[in-house]
Amino acid sequence: MSVATTANYLNAEKGIKSWLFTLDHKRIGLMYLFAVMTSFFLGGVFALLIRLELLHPGQDFFTADTYNQLFTLHGAVMIFLFIIPAIPAALGNFVLPLMLGAKDVAFPRLNLASFYIYVVGALFALYSIVAGAVDTGWTFYTPYSTTTSTSVISMTMGAFILGFSSIFTGVNFIATIHKMRAPGMTWFKMPLMVWALYATSIIQVLATPVLGITLLLLVIERTVGIGIFDPAMGGDPVLFQHFFWFYSHPAVYIMVLPGMGIISELVATFSKKKIFGYKLIAYSSLGIALISFLVWGHHMFTSGQSEFSSMVFSFLTFFVGIPSGIKMFNWLATMYKGRITFEAPMLYTIAFMFLFAIGGFTGIMLGAISIDIHMHDTYFVVAHFHYTMMGGTVIAFLGGLHYWWPKIWGRMYNEKLAKVAWAFIFVGFNVTFFTQFFLGSQGMPRRYYNYLDQYQPLHMYSTYGSWMLGVGFLIMAYYLIYSIYKGPKAPNNPWGALSMEWQTTSPPIQHNFEDQPVLEHEPYDYDTRMVVNDELIKKEDVKEKEDINV
Amino acid sequence: MEQHNTATPHVLPLSLYFTVAGTLFVLTGITVAVSFVHFGEFNIIVAMLIATIKASLVALYFMHLKYDNKLFMAVFLSSLIFLGLFLTLTMTDTMHRGDIDPIKEHPIKKEAIIYDK
Repeated sequence: MSVATTANYLNAEKGIKSWLFTLDHKRIGLMYLFAVMTSFFLGGVFALLIRLELLHPGQDFFTADTYNQLFTLHGAVMIFLFIIPAIPAALGNFVLPLMLGAKDVAFPRLNLASFYIYVVGALFALYSIVAGAVDTGWTFYTPYSTTTSTSVISMTMGAFILGFSSIFTGVNFIATIHKMRAPGMTWFKMPLMVWALYATSIIQVLATPVLGITLLLLVIERTVGIGIFDPAMGGDPVLFQHFFWFYSHPAVYIMVLPGMGIISELVATFSKKKIFGYKLIAYSSLGIALISFLVWGHHMFTSGQSEFSSMVFSFLTFFVGIPSGIKMFNWLATMYKGRITFEAPMLYTIAFMFLFAIGGFTGIMLGAISIDIHMHDTYFVVAHFHYTMMGGTVIAFLGGLHYWWPKIWGRMYNEKLAKVAWAFIFVGFNVTFFTQFFLGSQGMPRRYYNYLDQYQPLHMYSTYGSWMLGVGFLIMAYYLIYSIYKGPKAPNNPWGALSMEWQTTSPPIQHNFEDQPVLEHEPYDYDTRMVVNDELIKKEDVKEKEDINV
Repeated sequence: MEQHNTATPHVLPLSLYFTVAGTLFVLTGITVAVSFVHFGEFNIIVAMLIATIKASLVALYFMHLKYDNKLFMAVFLSSLIFLGLFLTLTMTDTMHRGDIDPIKEHPIKKEAIIYDK
């Protein structure tokens, strides 16, 4: 399967057991990658089915109940099974120790346990589909979720268990980053991807337990009827929303922060320029992590929470724009006068900046109460969310996947096909979701199965866009899988990057590096160093040679 | 593990433990005594204040937080801060319903059809 000439982590041990019981972070990362991609496929199929039903008003393919279940499953699978673990647990697991120059993560057994807990959680979620899928939406709002007859308990238990998997990964990464950096790698010489994973891990450890408690309370409310969310017994259903969003708003930063980390790596590598504002990018990751805990109430402007509370949360929400803006401008400044090349990962980087800017700005719009009262629960919110989560996180994930693919498999994919797939995804995404901004501002409510005739043209375009997206992902699946078996051999450092993961072989040997690597230059020293044919050269040496020749 | 081996075991004099225990008993007495005095709105604040002092004493002396690595103190305090944030910001909602729009004071109708089980 792999390049097989030299021993590496893929061929060092053979047999299914060597995978199932492996403690190697690279293999666990790959198992995670396989699992999240399966979930992504499943969630994607649900999305296509939703869009198919919305092609025409009225009932075409599914009943209204089935439709409710489809959008709930799309949300729950994409959020809990794909997007939260996608970058930290799959890509992060693979690259974090390599970037730090470490042999493995700090707790390899905890790492494997986190994967199996993920699998158990996923099984619960799948069981809920068989046992009469949930129709509450992925947010499980009370009082509906405490009264509906669908399988809320198995789905929430699934999410509860998946939370532990997420916490384990977070704890593991924090310990790894604190304790396992290569000699010479101080905090401000770490790649920015590591900073992003660090900030993500902090949120995972701090916020996820609250989701666990919330979902447990929901389960207890359903089974025993303690009445915490039931006003008939003195409870308060809005309290559920406070509980839920105290986790779930920071959770959107669990999703997008590692994506921003990937973009920081890619933008410097493909601009061949020292990253602009390293410290500010690093601090802004922590800034986002902190502010993310203070803004949850902006999901609740129309829930009946007090006006005072809405004002406080609206005010605090605007602060998120600052660290996000810092990152965006620093990336642009990095590109300025850089030697930019447009390989597939860079195309995804540029797509990210374009799409995330739209997602971010519409987020600020929705943070303003006066606009939100009108836009709440319309397609405008759906479009905003998908621009940040898909246009942001998923696009960054795909960029990272293409970037590290040669390192993971030791094989190159077809660059031309990659560009074609990128074009399909970029155009398809915008056709699908930009139309939804219009739909929402004209008043089309989200989660509705039927709609007025006047919305049909825009719904149609949106559905056509979803097919383009589907085609793009099919092409990508084809050339990526093909490359694993038949792709040309990848060099150790195909992109000429300076961070540590590129200093080992592609694919890496079982223990990552032959010897303990020592940090000799910073990860973005493109002003003094360059890589030619896998060889690191100091730029001043080249200059001296040129001077002699002259 | 390494840390465990290198850390010097911190032995506190028994008298300190007894002093702290005595203080805790006194504070418990004060809690009971105070419950007979009515401060109106401040009832809960006084009770929570005494409880906080007691919990801090236990954490600092009995659980050795005072003499341990400062990192643990930071972790402990930040967990309290985050809980505080959660409660405070949630209370900006629950304490202020109906400030402007009186209909929000009782937004939840107990007789609503969804609760009709």
